Amino acid sequence: MKMRDVSIIGVGQTKVAEHWDRSLRHLAGEAILAAMKDAHIEPAAVDALYVGNMLSGLLNGQEHLGALIADFVGLRGIEALKVEAACGSGAAALRLGYAMVAGGIHDLVVVCGVEKMTDTVNAETTTGLAMAADADYESIHGVTFVGINALLMRRYMYEYGVKHEDFAPFTVNAHRNAASNPYAMFRERVTVEQFSRARMIADPINLLDSSGIGDGAAAVVLCPSTMAGEYRREGVVRIRASAMATDAVAVHDRPDPLWLSAAEASAFKAYQQAGVGPRDIDLFELHDAFTIMSALSLEAAGFAERGKGVRLAQAGEIAREGRIPICTMGGLKARGHPVGATGVYQVVEVALQLRGEAGPNQIPNARLGMAQNIGGSGATVITHILEAQD
Amino acid sequence: MDIPRHWRLQRQRYALVGEVCKKCGARLFPPRDVCPQCSQPAYEPFQFSGKGKVYSYSTLYQAPAGYEQFVPYTVALVQLDEGPLVTAQLTDVDQDEIQIGMPVEMVTRKLREEGEDGLIIYGYKFRKQPAEAA
Repeated sequence: MKMRDVSIIGVGQTKVAEHWDRSLRHLAGEAILAAMKDAHIEPAAVDALYVGNMLSGLLNGQEHLGALIADFVGLRGIEALKVEAACGSGAAALRLGYAMVAGGIHDLVVVCGVEKMTDTVNAETTTGLAMAADADYESIHGVTFVGINALLMRRYMYEYGVKHEDFAPFTVNAHRNAASNPYAMFRERVTVEQFSRARMIADPINLLDSSGIGDGAAAVVLCPSTMAGEYRREGVVRIRASAMATDAVAVHDRPDPLWLSAAEASAFKAYQQAGVGPRDIDLFELHDAFTIMSALSLEAAGFAERGKGVRLAQAGEIAREGRIPICTMGGLKARGHPVGATGVYQVVEVALQLRGEAGPNQIPNARLGMAQNIGGSGATVITHILEAQD
Repeated sequence: MDIPRHWRLQRQRYALVGEVCKKCGARLFPPRDVCPQCSQPAYEPFQFSGKGKVYSYSTLYQAPAGYEQFVPYTVALVQLDEGPLVTAQLTDVDQDEIQIGMPVEMVTRKLREEGEDGLIIYGYKFRKQPAEAA
């Protein structure tokens, strides 16, 4: 079957924050309505809505988000459902939307990622995040999601002779970029010294290795590339690749815990679809839930040799002026990580870069951008490559 | 109270019983019925020795619900002598003594309590092997 090319004609996002006064449906609604307005489309034109979300059942006592949110934003009656793949839920929803348009099932699809994380106390949220891990063989031992990443980071430091402070450039870069992103949660800069002295959470991971938990929603509007001109003259972004791969959920079930094999498989399938390689990518929104994940992602996606991801950051190559800018709007670390929404935020940010609308954070002449969303500690990985469409 | 969920894992939690693949000989823990190395059925039970070495470890200062009373506690990936990695807590050991490569052995300990009237869940943790055994 001949697949249709798919384009993004509208984007929307809420600020990532502790939105005490707003519910999950209000956050989703704000992002969706902003994306529909940006795309110049009327509600009657929308065929389907896909909602990426991880924890609404546990944290908000609410499932059935597809119908709930469709109705709330004036789309009652359309096809709508929730997609869950842990922290990869957002990109998983986008991939479903992409497939529906590419395959000719629908013409106009709205994809929203949303997570409302501050309705519960910290221990419950921590319990929820641990649900991305293996309940019977990881979580029962009291190992948190942070703890699993700490096990990887300790081993990485041991095998490659890397010190904790060597990871500082990831955090410094993310906060520098978030400072000029009005939608980011943490907009203050961070120094290497602050990074090294931050409160320990799961040794060796401290507070400033870790992304911030917050509330937020982001949305995009998709249509066939050939129809995009009907809605938008400029600023259309084509999805050149959409690829997904999986690995064992439990880290202990992987033969080589320090290699994110699903991130590698997902990235290289995407490169193949787009007919490009790592050196063609102008910016990379990677899944920096923890600094160790940034290093492992850069290696798996082919931007650094094994064990050298940290060195790439130390050499300044991940900054806006560097060879492969990452976290250009703050990343998970400083824009914030509303887990099920994150994958859509990443794609919204890449789209803004390719449209030339990233403000002070604009990467000059950005043509090709990649977003990689990871569920759990590397078990679900979804990569999208986007291109500015002339 | 999810009694069956824990009850059915008693042979794994108390005795570290996994499986062995009859085709390629891989020893599997946790048991999973299909060998991840050769994709053949693997139903044969296998008793692990409980001995291994620390592959990595982390001391946790922020706990999920139900584990707050144990903070700080140390979790580890233990490489069993028979091959597999297993996630578990380290116990009866000084923080300063722990290092990657340290020989450890399985013991049975309390994993968590679910409130005053709830379940007490027991299972494997690992302690430093006595010097003569190591």
